[in-house]
Amino acid sequence: MISGAEIVIRCLQEEKVDCVFGYPGGSVLHIYDALFKQDEVKHVLVRHEQAAVHAADAYSRSSQKVGVALVTSGPGVTNTVTGIATAYMDSIPMVVLCGQVPTQYIGQDAFQECDTVGITRPCVKHNFLVKDVKDLAITIKKAFHIAATGRPGPVVVDIPKDITAQMCDFDYPKTIQMRSYNPVVKGHLGQIKKAVQVLQEAKRPIIYTGGGVILSDAADKLTQLARKLDFPVTNTLMGLGGYPATDRQFVGMLGMHGTFEANNAMHYADVILAVGARFDDRVIGNPEHFSGEKRRVIHIDIDPSSISKRVKVDVPIVGNVADVLDEMLKLLDGGFKADPEVSDWWKQIDAWRGRNSLAYRQSNHIMPQYVVEKLYEVTGGDAFITSDVGQHQMFAAQYYKFDKPRRWINSGGLGTMGVGLPYGMGVLMANPNAQVACVTGEGSIQMCIQEMSTCKQYGLPVKIINLNNGMLGMVRQWQEMFYSKRYSQSYVTSLPDFVKLAEAYGHVGMRIEKPEDVEPALRKAFTEHKDDLVFMDFIIDPGANVFPMVAAGKGLTEMILAEDL
Amino acid sequence: MRHIISILIENEAGALSRVAGLFSARGYNIESLTVAPTEDPSLSRMTILTWGSDEVLEQINKQLNKLVDVVKVVDLSEAAHVERELMLIKVRATGKDREEMKRMADIFRGRIIDVTESTYVIELTGASSKLDSFIAGLDAGLILETVRTGVCGIGRGDRILKV
Repeated sequence: MISGAEIVIRCLQEEKVDCVFGYPGGSVLHIYDALFKQDEVKHVLVRHEQAAVHAADAYSRSSQKVGVALVTSGPGVTNTVTGIATAYMDSIPMVVLCGQVPTQYIGQDAFQECDTVGITRPCVKHNFLVKDVKDLAITIKKAFHIAATGRPGPVVVDIPKDITAQMCDFDYPKTIQMRSYNPVVKGHLGQIKKAVQVLQEAKRPIIYTGGGVILSDAADKLTQLARKLDFPVTNTLMGLGGYPATDRQFVGMLGMHGTFEANNAMHYADVILAVGARFDDRVIGNPEHFSGEKRRVIHIDIDPSSISKRVKVDVPIVGNVADVLDEMLKLLDGGFKADPEVSDWWKQIDAWRGRNSLAYRQSNHIMPQYVVEKLYEVTGGDAFITSDVGQHQMFAAQYYKFDKPRRWINSGGLGTMGVGLPYGMGVLMANPNAQVACVTGEGSIQMCIQEMSTCKQYGLPVKIINLNNGMLGMVRQWQEMFYSKRYSQSYVTSLPDFVKLAEAYGHVGMRIEKPEDVEPALRKAFTEHKDDLVFMDFIIDPGANVFPMVAAGKGLTEMILAEDL
Repeated sequence: MRHIISILIENEAGALSRVAGLFSARGYNIESLTVAPTEDPSLSRMTILTWGSDEVLEQINKQLNKLVDVVKVVDLSEAAHVERELMLIKVRATGKDREEMKRMADIFRGRIIDVTESTYVIELTGASSKLDSFIAGLDAGLILETVRTGVCGIGRGDRILKV
């Protein structure tokens, strides 16, 4: 017999978890004691529980594994909520183990008690409160199973302290059956055949793909399919890297800050092949405007509730993206002959491309787009790029050309500022020798800046690319365009000296103020300071805005382009 | 459109709040909700009376199926079914009203299950509309208290909801 705390650690070992992000506290002391007595599961001590969950989230995004966080009861749990909600919105498989006050104290307003199951319920795929040590191992097994299968998502396991002290035999089930949970994997063959038929009839097709391609590791299959069809491909923000961005067939990201060619191709397509994407509001703009064009939609998604939620679908295919694409490729093996009019469609797309909608104005100051372009060059396009939320996030998405999946790590759904640095930590724990850059701004970075301390402790050489314009740039952009330049609370004064701050944490700091210094500074950071965390404070043009832009409530083709201003 | 959704759900603590939370978070309507364990005590059966467009109902069905504890979901109102609701109503029963209350209960095939000098408690089962008509048929001033269970329903004939 072993203690509940030891059972928790044994379960993690059985699940081949090599790294847990967490923060100790009263309710998890037994678990931390069990953790101390073994070497298989490493632990990264963060400086705030929010960062533990973000790091576990990025660990998962940048690998194929389930991320794990471990926190104490009460404030430990409430601090994780933003991270859990972030992972939930982007369907990231994650298990969050939470301490809880002893069973007999639950409901008594005990010290550091909160209703963990209640607080997290709306932002988890599922959660559990363990009430008996005999259920502990099977509950953790279920948590990993639920997190990683079907449409993935975070699962919370709430473990009262007394349970971790009680003794029990350990028996970890190899497999698990749940009568209430049987996610679909294979798509319906009849539907897939119908989809192929529709693709054959398409005159103005587009392949529109999202995070589902990344999550089901289907990027290779998608590429094969797209090459076979020779149709244009666009990715959502979450889908970047699902198709090589440097490929001729790629028309760029679509949506609110999508390219002119991607948004037009999406809008005027007569057949949309949607793969692991969900037609969300930042992607299709005004739904009435979007539905103004007649078209047929094929939608592959593992979650039936994503189908026909915002856009009516003609050929729904519920299933795992990789499995469905496999079937589709088999059907296409017999040969595919696209409609001859598709070549006219390509001419139209090339004309749209000719607008060069990502061109940006030149300036005596550093332009943020230029920094990202140089970052792409210096890292050979092969870095993991994490980002926060705002203008810098869009610049990173637009100008860093992702050719591989799981390289672009950002909070697409919830749009959580502050994720960038802890995301960098999670990526490095999963990919120890990778180049990792966190493209951020002076607003976002300060939301989790304390994690520079964690990076020091564990030697995590994140390159922080701080695009510093002294403004909450995206807020300022909206105020400039839609609020008659009333810059309400979007101006950040009293910024810290980021170079000194980085140095105070024991890292390398650089301030870059001239365009000609951008590239040399980046090269230095990635060569000379390869193994250091480098905080690169780029003082950028404060007037730079993100274009193209589809304003809120506008249609996808009603873009504001940089050249319009 | 009015719909009656029947759900088989694992009889776990918090199962009800998962369903109720889903409806509030996504802005769906709950007109009534009943829940109790089935003949298999590990399963609860829930009946939800809701309304919404076809698109909304499609989403309700899909979202309910997504809940990990939910085993099966059926829209009873899609096909032949029977539905019942139980009401207990306490009325003033004095003077000439005492006889009138008895008569009303008989007409609606209700039963008087508690009697005092001045009150009756009447038990009435039927479709919700029948309970509504009973209430409408009474002098509002004589109604002291009502309690209704909400709708429960079951498919007709071979339509069986079971694991």
